[in-house]
Amino acid sequence: MTSARANHRTGPLPPGTEAPDLELLSAPGRKTSIAEFQGRPVILAFYPADWSPVCSDQLALYQELLPEFQRFNAQLLGVSVDGIWSHLAFARDRNLRFPLLADFEPKGEMARAYQVYRAEDGTSERALYVIDSKGIVRWSYVSPASVNPGADGILRALESLGMEGAS
Amino acid sequence: MSTTEWGARLTMPVSEGRDHVRGPADAPVTLVEYGDYECPYCGAAYPIIKEVQARMGRRLRFAFRNFPIATSHPHAKQAAEAAEAAATQGRFWQMHDLLYENQRHLRDRDLRAYAGKLGLDIGRFDEELAEHVHADRIREDFMSGVRSGVNGTPAFYINGTRHDDSYEFQTLLTALERAATGATSNTTAPPGTDR
Repeated sequence: MTSARANHRTGPLPPGTEAPDLELLSAPGRKTSIAEFQGRPVILAFYPADWSPVCSDQLALYQELLPEFQRFNAQLLGVSVDGIWSHLAFARDRNLRFPLLADFEPKGEMARAYQVYRAEDGTSERALYVIDSKGIVRWSYVSPASVNPGADGILRALESLGMEGAS
Repeated sequence: MSTTEWGARLTMPVSEGRDHVRGPADAPVTLVEYGDYECPYCGAAYPIIKEVQARMGRRLRFAFRNFPIATSHPHAKQAAEAAEAAATQGRFWQMHDLLYENQRHLRDRDLRAYAGKLGLDIGRFDEELAEHVHADRIREDFMSGVRSGVNGTPAFYINGTRHDDSYEFQTLLTALERAATGATSNTTAPPGTDR
């Protein structure tokens, strides 16, 4: 596994890197890790905070696109430093039906491992990762925090995996 | 404003046959909106588009495509289907206007009342909505937007390039006028410079 501090370069982990595997709460009493989805591509959507307007639009768009992601057999996971109870209320309020991981304790551990933690804000960047079915980063992107990155980049990355995850 | 590094171009060109279009096919500027009938920001943009159309007249062609985010707006898809059902009876823009002028009233019975007001064949309208006849077309609009970099609504494209600035009247009009003069003095595609 790549150590969180193994290299000092700025920016997200580049393609070809082994995706750090961490186990985070995704619901009360339920832990989720990337390894769970081995054999399927994983889309990681790091976002700064539950409830902020841009995040909500971005995640609502991804919710609409779940059928497209499923065509690639890909699993979408949202990640922010919010706690599980905030995630739960947020997902319920916004009708989000994909796991939101709580990068809450130790705070930002996953964001740090993926080199997208913003220490000055205490949140993660707005960052996207597409990880292939073998757990290798295939695409990563950091968006300016106030800009919703949309989904075209994710779909392009999934297409470039060549449907490898499709059963 | 910042732009994303991909997909700032319209991937599905405007088609007179397929799209809902107002204004001449040979207008120097084509403005495309990806919109959601229940989105308040789209509602705010609606009178601005009207004003821009009035100001530019036949120099502007406007096309509207559906981008309903049902996760946030539970009535948006049904409203889009109502507009498409009206389109099959030649009343797309009339329904479009009614929907934006009554954004808070988009329940099924409201949509039906608008259909009645426009003199549509209600039997046919009901049937098309019940069977979601237009769902595929709406999804096609939606996906064309996603692939063009739409990340929220409303999203605007001016002569195929995403307008990443405000859609406040003066800003939008200035951008459209700039595109209009650019298009008449130079028929090739504008350079892909970021503003």
